[in-house]
Amino acid sequence: MRDAPTSDQDAELPGVAAAPSRKTLLWVILPLLAFVGAIAVLIATNPLARFDNGTPPVENIAFERTILDGGGLRVLVRAGGAEPMTIAQVQVDDAYWQFKQDPPGPLPRGASAWIQVPFPWVLGEAHAVKLVTTTGATFLHEIPVAVATPVADRSSLLSQAILGIFVGIVPVAVGLMFYPALRGVGQRGMTFLLALTVGLLAFLLVDAMGDAFELAGEAAPIFQGNAMVVLAAAASFLILMAIGRRNGAPRGLALATYIALGIGLHNLGEGLAIGAAFAAGAVGLGTFLVFGFTLHNVTEGIGIAAPILREKVAPWVFAALVLLAGGPAVLGLWIGSLAFAPQWSALALAIGAGAILQVIVEVTALLRRRDEARLFSPAAMTGLAAGVGFMYLTAMLVKI
Amino acid sequence: MGGMQGWLQERLSRRLLLAGGVAAAGAAAANVTGAKGEAAHPGHDAGGTAVAPGGDAYTAGPSGHSGAHGAMVTIGEVDSGRNGFDPGAMLTDWEVGTLSTLPDGRTLRTFEIVAEDKEIEIAPGVMFLAWTYNGRVPGPALRATEGERLRVVFRNYGSHPHSIHFHGIHAARMDGVPGAGLIGPGEEFVYEFDARPFGCHLYHCHALPLKRHIHKGMYGAFVIDPDPVRHPEQAAVARSRLLGSAENLGWQEFVMVMNAFDTNFDGENEFYAVNTVAHAYMKAPIAIARSRPVRIYLVNVVEFDPINSFHLHGNFFDYYDQGTTLTPTLKTVDLITQCQAQRGILEFSFAEHETGLYMFHPHQSEFTELGWVGMFDVREDVA
Ligand SMILES: [Cu+2]
Repeated sequence: MRDAPTSDQDAELPGVAAAPSRKTLLWVILPLLAFVGAIAVLIATNPLARFDNGTPPVENIAFERTILDGGGLRVLVRAGGAEPMTIAQVQVDDAYWQFKQDPPGPLPRGASAWIQVPFPWVLGEAHAVKLVTTTGATFLHEIPVAVATPVADRSSLLSQAILGIFVGIVPVAVGLMFYPALRGVGQRGMTFLLALTVGLLAFLLVDAMGDAFELAGEAAPIFQGNAMVVLAAAASFLILMAIGRRNGAPRGLALATYIALGIGLHNLGEGLAIGAAFAAGAVGLGTFLVFGFTLHNVTEGIGIAAPILREKVAPWVFAALVLLAGGPAVLGLWIGSLAFAPQWSALALAIGAGAILQVIVEVTALLRRRDEARLFSPAAMTGLAAGVGFMYLTAMLVKI
Repeated sequence: MGGMQGWLQERLSRRLLLAGGVAAAGAAAANVTGAKGEAAHPGHDAGGTAVAPGGDAYTAGPSGHSGAHGAMVTIGEVDSGRNGFDPGAMLTDWEVGTLSTLPDGRTLRTFEIVAEDKEIEIAPGVMFLAWTYNGRVPGPALRATEGERLRVVFRNYGSHPHSIHFHGIHAARMDGVPGAGLIGPGEEFVYEFDARPFGCHLYHCHALPLKRHIHKGMYGAFVIDPDPVRHPEQAAVARSRLLGSAENLGWQEFVMVMNAFDTNFDGENEFYAVNTVAHAYMKAPIAIARSRPVRIYLVNVVEFDPINSFHLHGNFFDYYDQGTTLTPTLKTVDLITQCQAQRGILEFSFAEHETGLYMFHPHQSEFTELGWVGMFDVREDVA
């Protein structure tokens, strides 16, 4: 392929040579008319009537949120039926309970409503909510461990912030504190560090996409979770690539900022999911596990430091990078515990994955520019392995 | 931060409690404040006089009789007009057929029954595409007298083959199994046999698959009253069981068919009831005059569950298993169990009791909480 198209080739492209004309307009209107005509035929002749075999309409309900408090339990449901569907009765633990629906009435496709049941739930025990629709179909939602849903008061926001700081901000700050020590590394050491960054980002990418798909699977079908995850990741990747490459490939502080942004977006998605998990009843978080997460995330700081080792950077910039990469964990925890639906967490994780892909591409490009021959050098390979390996092994600490 | 979410989910699903101490940050993040967050249990006693402290959400329970179960009932009302049958009226709605005399002088009792598909409301707002006898579930409660000749004209207006299989003494030709009275849509069959033995029996469709034909709604009570002339030594007891006799009029008789519905076809019932409508007698208790004795013809047809039972609150009863004896088979009990197609007669009195609401339900809590529970409203007198 040539670098630039010739004017001959341009001329061959239809519609380019001639100015927009009435003929063009006609060819816009005609297909639209054909479409309207097809719809009209479909409505007038109702050929689908032959498919109506008397079966009840397909119904679907997704549970998006669960709230437990002194007044009982509430679930936010989203309908996904072919036709509007009506929730007739509600069971909790195989017993019928009176309930209030807000807003009341049948739920059209995509509509959501709160179902409130004055159920005396028991702390630390499991409960199951089953909705029975007019057709007799049932939809089950399990509450694995009943815990009062956090409310937005000062103490809960503060304690979540502390948790977010420990698993999001502290490790990035600790990683960045290696900065002075790392400045002295030679050419090969630099290659090692950049490759290590690619490795850890690659681990995050795989992990984030896995989580995003899993959460997308819990979301109402109307959101088409898997397509949404792929599209959001692709869009965030392309947008960040386009922004990042306005003035050539990013390097130095700009690249470090993109890495921090990618990790930050990722932490936002994780924070949402963790906050939601707490709301759903994670009873206690062992000290050992918090330590595990902190260690696991220390590499993120080293990754951010790698591109700026040869630069002069003001101290406040480090603080800003730490906040950008780690701060969203706090934000995510807050939002996730107070207002959560799986599709939003999946969306945040997907956007983060796209951002991570962007920095993988850019750091790899930087490695290549520095010395193409060393792209597959032992230093680069060991760096890559160290990055992925460290993430994988420290993840073992927190997988039970 | 990778992996944390996965870890939490794993943890949640296994419900692990970690030994290694609880980090202040984590525990506080969940805002666990002990039992303070728990919802208190509503009072479970009739009248709702005792309310658990802190149960503010539950003090405002439903009004009326269902208050005895707090908010633990189905919500709304079933449209009996649309169903074409009312659980309250069904209790005393006996189908006695038409009487004529045979050339040999015996009484011939003729019943006419049609099978038809019908969508019925089995609990408020929950529709069930039932297969019915005479458009109702349970089917008509047939009542005859011992020794009569019975003729049952059966027409199948439904979409599947059906039959009527009577529990009673009859010829193989009249059994209602495939090859003996099982008829296709649009066909007709006449079952003929003698009414015997006396007792509390049932009938049901015996088309295959049996499980489906029964749980879709094809069953009903079939009561044969004893003929006092044939039981001279216990004539008084027999007369009290004979519908319409002076002695019988002193009794308050009810027919209850314990049934259930699997609305999502997963092989488990979503709704349990007597006479189809979940919680019907909770929302509209059965009025009973304190002074007159009560007799219940109880039949169990619940599919999928091995047994069902009947428990009466605040009182004991005599039980006649299958109703084929004039002396009780169990005396002074407050609970009996029945497997599918088992049935019997319960006799009790509230004459020595205070007036008030007396609950009855199976002592399978699951059935109770899924709709099979009711109340007797014992009054000084019933209009
Ligand atoms: Cu049948």
